[in-house]
Amino acid sequence: MVENRPFLTFLTHLTLILGVLIVAFPVYVAFIASTRGEADFLSGVMPLMPGPHTLENYSIMLESGMTSYGAPPIAPMMFNSLVMALSIAIGKIAISILSAYAIVYFRFPFRMLAFWAIFVTLMLPVEVRIFPTFEVVANLGMLNSYAGLSIPLIASATATFLFRQFFLTVPDELVEAARVDGAGPLKFFRDILLPLSRTNIAALFVILFIYGWNQYLWPLLITTDTQYYTIVMGIKRMAVVADADPKWNLVMAAVILAALPPVLVILFMQRLFIKGLVETEK
Amino acid sequence: MQAKRTIFPNKFLPYLLLAPQLLITIVFFLWPAGQALWTSFLREDAFGFKSTFVWFENYIQLFEDPAYLNSVWITAVFALAVTLLSMSVSLLMAVSVNSLIRSGKAYTTLLVWPYAVAPAVAGILWWFMFNPSIGILPYMLAGFGINWNHRVDSTDALILVVLAAAWKQISYNFLFFLAGLQSIPHSLIEAAAIDGAGPFKRFRTIVFPLLSPTTFFLLVVNIVYAMFDTFAIIHATTEGGPSGSTTILVYKVYADGQLGLNLGSSAAQSVVLMAIVVVLTVIQFRWIERRVQY
Repeated sequence: MVENRPFLTFLTHLTLILGVLIVAFPVYVAFIASTRGEADFLSGVMPLMPGPHTLENYSIMLESGMTSYGAPPIAPMMFNSLVMALSIAIGKIAISILSAYAIVYFRFPFRMLAFWAIFVTLMLPVEVRIFPTFEVVANLGMLNSYAGLSIPLIASATATFLFRQFFLTVPDELVEAARVDGAGPLKFFRDILLPLSRTNIAALFVILFIYGWNQYLWPLLITTDTQYYTIVMGIKRMAVVADADPKWNLVMAAVILAALPPVLVILFMQRLFIKGLVETEK
Repeated sequence: MQAKRTIFPNKFLPYLLLAPQLLITIVFFLWPAGQALWTSFLREDAFGFKSTFVWFENYIQLFEDPAYLNSVWITAVFALAVTLLSMSVSLLMAVSVNSLIRSGKAYTTLLVWPYAVAPAVAGILWWFMFNPSIGILPYMLAGFGINWNHRVDSTDALILVVLAAAWKQISYNFLFFLAGLQSIPHSLIEAAAIDGAGPFKRFRTIVFPLLSPTTFFLLVVNIVYAMFDTFAIIHATTEGGPSGSTTILVYKVYADGQLGLNLGSSAAQSVVLMAIVVVLTVIQFRWIERRVQY
């Protein structure tokens, strides 16, 4: 603030508080719904104060789910989401850091071709090649499996670029010193480059974990067995029945549980998250 | 392309390091994309026994199909509405946070978390608030004499998905605007203040123009987001309805392919979308190259 204008400061706070409230309101409504009993959703408008059924709703959802509609319990679905998010995050980081290392520290025929092949993946989001990709996965027998949920999504141009960018800033003297001391490429990678990349890896991990957890279309396509449902796609299956049979309290408990893990990750790792977000877009 | 001055002499190792990434890229990205491209030039007979090469006929039919053109129009309106709404709210928030000295950090924390909410979940949240029978917002709107029902009213349905999509994107835009604002030299603002420019004049003549690289970058990113990443929002809520009024292009590829009526046409739609992503990506990267000279 350049000059002191109390009224403007007041206006600024007012705008921000309004903004924060508007942003938080949908989640507040969902949370309230998840604490009420079924009877509150039969008619009229939904209440805006918490009710007494919180524990009951959440434990029903976690342990048995909406059984009458064949939806599995939430706990195993959350476990599937966790497996998927972790495999995608770790897989993407692992293969990207290796390819960035190859591109920056070696000179070999077809280096440019490899770089462009990776770059092109940026231009081919799942949404535009849904059915041919589905066919490939089906032919490989990867439907209804953790491998099918994660492997097709772990190629990553952005992660490769991020590591490439970072490796280019690592001083050449380090490589020279390592070579003089007789370290081979793998030893250099493991003992010098990997420890130096720690912060970048962590920042990327936060972003990619959220990306993996929030996948929707892909699990929807390749899982038909409820055993492999992830929570984000599972919610849709519960929400469609809510129109006919308004068990909103249960649906909203599931919504809160689906949103909680990634939101907690952001709140507790805000610095890494912002770093990861801003740097992957460069 | 840049590489290190000092490199390792191994001939075989780099291929080994690249192998996993390239393998996945080829099997799950390039091959399916090639398949889509090839199928888009074919037409299957009614029983799926043989297909004939028909050149661009699938594309010509596509662009003569009123349902497809309608979907193009809806996509444009949707993308524009989401981008403008989300970016203007985020800019307002970012400017406000940037002008505060102490409490900015707390507001930032309170504004960034929606980034973590899955698009499908964001859709369900708004869908619930707008539920015509028990939702809180239709109840309030009824007080103004507005009868809300996104199940039958096309405009209501479109507003619903726009709000959900824009809500989800606020944190992202906010963070980039804030980073952009913080990189504007403070001395410029102070100089303008000494010359007698008030806060609004300073924003209009100094801050906003200097922010234009960020604004342009976010414009492209938001259009890409609205066109491709909002599939989950639409699928989880309106399912493209009522009567196709929220069927954006990405959703149409899915819906048409799911019915499996015309593989050639579905593939042609995929190829059109790929072309759009390619153009947007090129614009985005050219901009980044120019930004380096700043």
